[in-house]
Amino acid sequence: MATLFQQFTNALALGCLYGLVAVGYSMVYGILHLINFANSSVFMFSMYFAFYSVSVFYLPWYFGLIAMLALTILLGVCIERIAYQPLRSAPRISLTISAIGVAYLLENFATVVFTAVPKSFPDIPFLQEVIVLGNGEWRIQRLVIFVVISMVVLIAALLFFLEHTKMGVATRAVSKDFETSQLMGININAVIRVTFIIGSGLTAFGAFMWGLKYPQISPTVGAMPGTKCFIAAVVGGIGNIKGAVLGGIILGLVEVMLVYFFPGLSGYRDIFAFIILILILLFKPTGLFGAKVTDKA
Amino acid sequence: MTDKTIYPGLIGQMSKKQRRNLALTSISILLLVAFFYLLQNGFLLDNYGIRIVNLCLIYSLVGISLNLIQGYTGQFSLGSAGFMAIGAYVTTLLALSPEVKDTLFYLDPIVPWLADLHLPFLAALVLGGVLTAAAAFLIGIPVFRLKGDYLSVATLGFSEIIRILFVNLQNVTNGATGLKNIPATVNVWWTGTALILAVLFMVRLFRSSYGRSFKAIRNDEFAAEAIGISLMRHKLLAFCTSAFMAGIAGGLMASVVGTINPALFRQSLSNDILLIIVLGGTGTITGSILGGCIFIIAREALRFLDNGFAIGPVTVPAIAGLRMVFFSLLLMIVVLFFQKGLAGGKEFSWDRLIGFPGRVRKSIQRLLHRGDTNE
Repeated sequence: MATLFQQFTNALALGCLYGLVAVGYSMVYGILHLINFANSSVFMFSMYFAFYSVSVFYLPWYFGLIAMLALTILLGVCIERIAYQPLRSAPRISLTISAIGVAYLLENFATVVFTAVPKSFPDIPFLQEVIVLGNGEWRIQRLVIFVVISMVVLIAALLFFLEHTKMGVATRAVSKDFETSQLMGININAVIRVTFIIGSGLTAFGAFMWGLKYPQISPTVGAMPGTKCFIAAVVGGIGNIKGAVLGGIILGLVEVMLVYFFPGLSGYRDIFAFIILILILLFKPTGLFGAKVTDKA
Repeated sequence: MTDKTIYPGLIGQMSKKQRRNLALTSISILLLVAFFYLLQNGFLLDNYGIRIVNLCLIYSLVGISLNLIQGYTGQFSLGSAGFMAIGAYVTTLLALSPEVKDTLFYLDPIVPWLADLHLPFLAALVLGGVLTAAAAFLIGIPVFRLKGDYLSVATLGFSEIIRILFVNLQNVTNGATGLKNIPATVNVWWTGTALILAVLFMVRLFRSSYGRSFKAIRNDEFAAEAIGISLMRHKLLAFCTSAFMAGIAGGLMASVVGTINPALFRQSLSNDILLIIVLGGTGTITGSILGGCIFIIAREALRFLDNGFAIGPVTVPAIAGLRMVFFSLLLMIVVLFFQKGLAGGKEFSWDRLIGFPGRVRKSIQRLLHRGDTNE
């Protein structure tokens, strides 16, 4: 029972983490109709930022987190400005290819700057401490609580932003209809920039917590979590914030719990996400909570 | 290539231009054969050089394969790596002799039905291609209910599933260790023939109704369906043909490289192939070949960047991986500023080549003329 509980909390933390990053993918897709393949590289860079600010420059972890957030957001916005903005009027496929190109560039760049030798994510004893409950059988890492709470706070803040601020309304309008909102005088580029700020910020948060769970950093570290988070966004229904979070949690639960109940499947762990993706796409292409979309192309 | 299909008996009926083009084509094929002959017998390049030429030809083949489904049929697939993996593994497992297999599978013995299966390389290669096409058929049925980005993610998903299966099926694929001592049967003749066959096939295909249907689907799916083109059938056909080529390329690559393991067929390989066709220009055979050759040659030629070099007084120290940064920058420049790719979205033809100096002269004149009027 205790191990089941422990696995469940692990799964929940992983799911919240997927959910956070998935929201970024979902928003970018909602607006630009772009699978932001570059985001997995942003995820990886973000982990390096944390490594440098905490392990190399000896910042306390909370300042490290802030530095990491700022740098990641800067990176995300720069990518948008340099690689996506010039392609606004180009065919959509060019945009996707540009995103893949950026991912490729960043990955190679990271190999040069940070070398291919894996580095280890800084230890943060405050978050990694284990809380023991009851008679010593129930153990939770503080990180798990931190992940869940920060997810709830961040998503609540994001929903507030989207529902109750002018910029948020503009963002929703743009994701509904790109051309018309432009005609209504919405500054498209500003909206897109805000989307990338939010997306990169959430990615940085996700990367921070991912680093505490899986502390090895290498230039290819972002590929798997990046792809899975996009899958989470699709599962929840692309463009839907709550859907992305729920998709992430479902993905996290399935991944951890299936391996827990069927240990023989542990080698296939990374497949589950793809199988879920394909099943969802085949039977409910709009995702579990997605709005009805007329054209999926 | 607007000229009508030419049959050998009709040379007398050809126009002067057609006759000239036929002659030029024949001469260049002969030159190519002579080039392969000299290369294979070591007159031109050392073994390293020959290996590079082989890889150029193989990557061009995969480029053509991806172009068939993406550039011509307009279906964005990110699964090339998975298909190459199937081709490479099937070919290798069938071509390896039972003794070699015995030594390779030391962790976990190979499944009995595969242990004694041993075919000549050509048969193994073709079977590899056929099985890849079969896999593509099975994947294609569900996947082609999707379009656009969703399709690309689903193909990416299948490609990863294939790779992870190959890591885990220890007693079929030897798991993460991979397979080595693959017979080095493949030489320039093999890769050259495969590429030439693929090019000829593509040229014929696009003069057939199938080829035109593919292009129709790319240009407007709804209109294509409205005039009676079965979308599913044609997409599947293009997908399976494309997978067949990728499988053959995978098998050839296994033999050229000598060792394979699942890590070779990561998502980054699919991305490499995608960048090849983008570099050369999507939707043209010329572009695929240009892209494949530039990709491989540039990757090797830029090796000096990794080893450190000096520009005048400035010495750049050896930095591992610098060439790939340079290379990806180059790709981004093409993606952002030359969206039609290096081949400019046009297919190679003798008329264009011969007309080239004239066109350059004309555009220079036009530029000069514009200068006059502005003043």
